[in-house]
Amino acid sequence: MYVAVKGGETAIDNAHRLLAVERRGDPAIAELSVAQIREQLTLAVDRVMTEGSLYDPDLAALAIKQARGDLLEAIFLLRAYRTTLPRLAESQPVDTGRMRARRRISATYKDLPGGQVLGPTFDYTHRLLDFALAAEGAAPTEAATSDGPAEAMPRVTDLLAGEDLIEREAATEEFETPGDLTRDPLDFPLDRDLRLQALARGDEGFLMALAYSTQRGYGRTHPFAGEIRMGEVEVEIVVEDLPFPVVVGEITVTECEMINQFKGSKTQPPQFTRGYGLTFGFCERKAMSMALVDRSLRARDLGEEVTAPAQDEEFVIAHADNVEASGFVQHLKLPHYVDFQSELEMVRKMRQEIAMAAQPPEGANAADD
Amino acid sequence: MKNTDHNFSDATRQGWLRLMALAPVAALETAADLLAAHEFTYLAPPEIGLAMVRGRPGGSAAAFNLGEMTLTRCVVATTDRGTGARLIGHGHVAGRDRRHAELIARFDAVFQDSTTDAAARDEMLAGLANQQQAAHAESAAATAATKVDFFTLVRGE
Repeated sequence: MYVAVKGGETAIDNAHRLLAVERRGDPAIAELSVAQIREQLTLAVDRVMTEGSLYDPDLAALAIKQARGDLLEAIFLLRAYRTTLPRLAESQPVDTGRMRARRRISATYKDLPGGQVLGPTFDYTHRLLDFALAAEGAAPTEAATSDGPAEAMPRVTDLLAGEDLIEREAATEEFETPGDLTRDPLDFPLDRDLRLQALARGDEGFLMALAYSTQRGYGRTHPFAGEIRMGEVEVEIVVEDLPFPVVVGEITVTECEMINQFKGSKTQPPQFTRGYGLTFGFCERKAMSMALVDRSLRARDLGEEVTAPAQDEEFVIAHADNVEASGFVQHLKLPHYVDFQSELEMVRKMRQEIAMAAQPPEGANAADD
Repeated sequence: MKNTDHNFSDATRQGWLRLMALAPVAALETAADLLAAHEFTYLAPPEIGLAMVRGRPGGSAAAFNLGEMTLTRCVVATTDRGTGARLIGHGHVAGRDRRHAELIARFDAVFQDSTTDAAARDEMLAGLANQQQAAHAESAAATAATKVDFFTLVRGE
C-alpha cells in the first residue's frame, strides 16, 4: 500500500522538462520525424500496434517518439489513447484466406499451391552488421520484380482437413459475438475467443519464453509451422443503416497456423490439432509464439494433463499483459514510507524479542536453563 | 432499406464505398467538382472513433477480438435533384482523416441522385480501381521475385 504525498510539483515539472531535453538528444543532430519512424522503424510500429491493441501506424510512431523508443511505454500510451475514443463499429472477421500475401511460407509442405514466397524477411541473413547503412545518403534499393501470374494460396490446414487428418474447427453461428476483455473482466476458466484476444495483445517476450518452454519439454506439443503468411486484408464493418457490410480500409496482419501432433483420446482418433496466432502488422515471432501458447492452453479442452506453466490458463493470461505487469512492478517506485516505517518497527521489535530471550533478565534462576 | 427504385444496386453502392475508402483522399479531392451541384447537411458530423477488428482461426473457428483500429465516420443528407427525395450518404474510413470520411459521405449521397452523371461517376470509380490495381501489381511483382523452390537433397547418391 502507498499513501498520498504532497509537494514536489516544481521538481516534477523540471524532471519532465529534462525528459524532453533527453528525448531530443544533441540538437546538432536532425530531429526524427513521426513519418520517418512510421516508414523506417516499421517493425517497432507493428509491435506497438499489436500489443497496444490499436491499429494506427501514425499514432504508434508518435508514441514511439514520445516514449524515446521504449516500446512498452509506447504501448501504454496507445492503450491510454484508445480509452478516449468511442467504439463505432465491429468488423466482420478478417478473411486471411483472401490476403494479398507479401510473405507465405510452410514448414510442412515443400510444394504447395500458390508456392512459398519469402517476402521481406531477416531469415537467411548472416546477422553481420552492415556498415553500409551507417553511411547516409545512399540511393534507395529497388526491389527485384517478377511477372509470374498471381496464384491462389489455399490454407495449408485445409489441405489436411480434406483427409480429416486435422481437427475440424467448430462450426459457427453467423452473428456470433465474441467475448471482449476490454468490456468485461476476465472470469476463469476462459473460452478460446477470450484467450486469443488476451494473447494477441500479450507481451511478445513473455509469450515467446512460454512457447520456448514447451519446446524444451515443459508441456510438449510437437509443433510444425504449417503456414505463416503476412500481407494486407480488407476490413469490413457492419453499419446499422446500410444493408451490406462496408470496407473501410486495409490493414497488414501476420498469421501463423501451427499443426500439432495429438495422439487422440477416448472420443477422438489420432489426428493433428491446431494452434493459432494473429497480429497486426508484421510480427512473425509474436504470431508464432501466440500459436504455440494457444495450443498449449487448449490442453484442458483436448483432455490432456495440465502439468506445465504454459498450459496453466490463469497463470499465462493473468501475466501476459505488459501494461498491467509494468504498472504493478513499477508501482514499487511510489512512496511506501508509511508501510516501510511499520515494517521497520516490526523488525526492530522482533530483533529485540530474540535478544531478550537469548539474554535472560537479571535475577532469573540459572537452574531453569 | 431496398434500392429497387434506384438506378443502382446494393452491390454497386457497396463497391463505390469500398473503392473510396481504399483510395488516397487526394484522389477524391480531384473529383470534388462532381459534388458542386448539391448542398449537404450533417446527420453526423465527421467523428473519430474505433472499430474492433475480429479474426477467425483457420477461417472457420469461432471469431475473436484481435484489437481495435481507428475509424472515422460521417453521415450527410442532400436532396435528389430529380425527385426531391432525401438522400443519405455514409462515409466510413480507417484512420483519423475527417475530410476523407466527409468526402466519401458526400459522394455516396450524390451517386444515389437520380440525375447523377453515371458516366462521370463510373469514370471516377474506374480511375480509383486502376490506381489501386497498379499499386497492387507493383507490390505483387516484388513479392513474386522472392518465390522459392526448396529442393530436398537425396543422400547417398
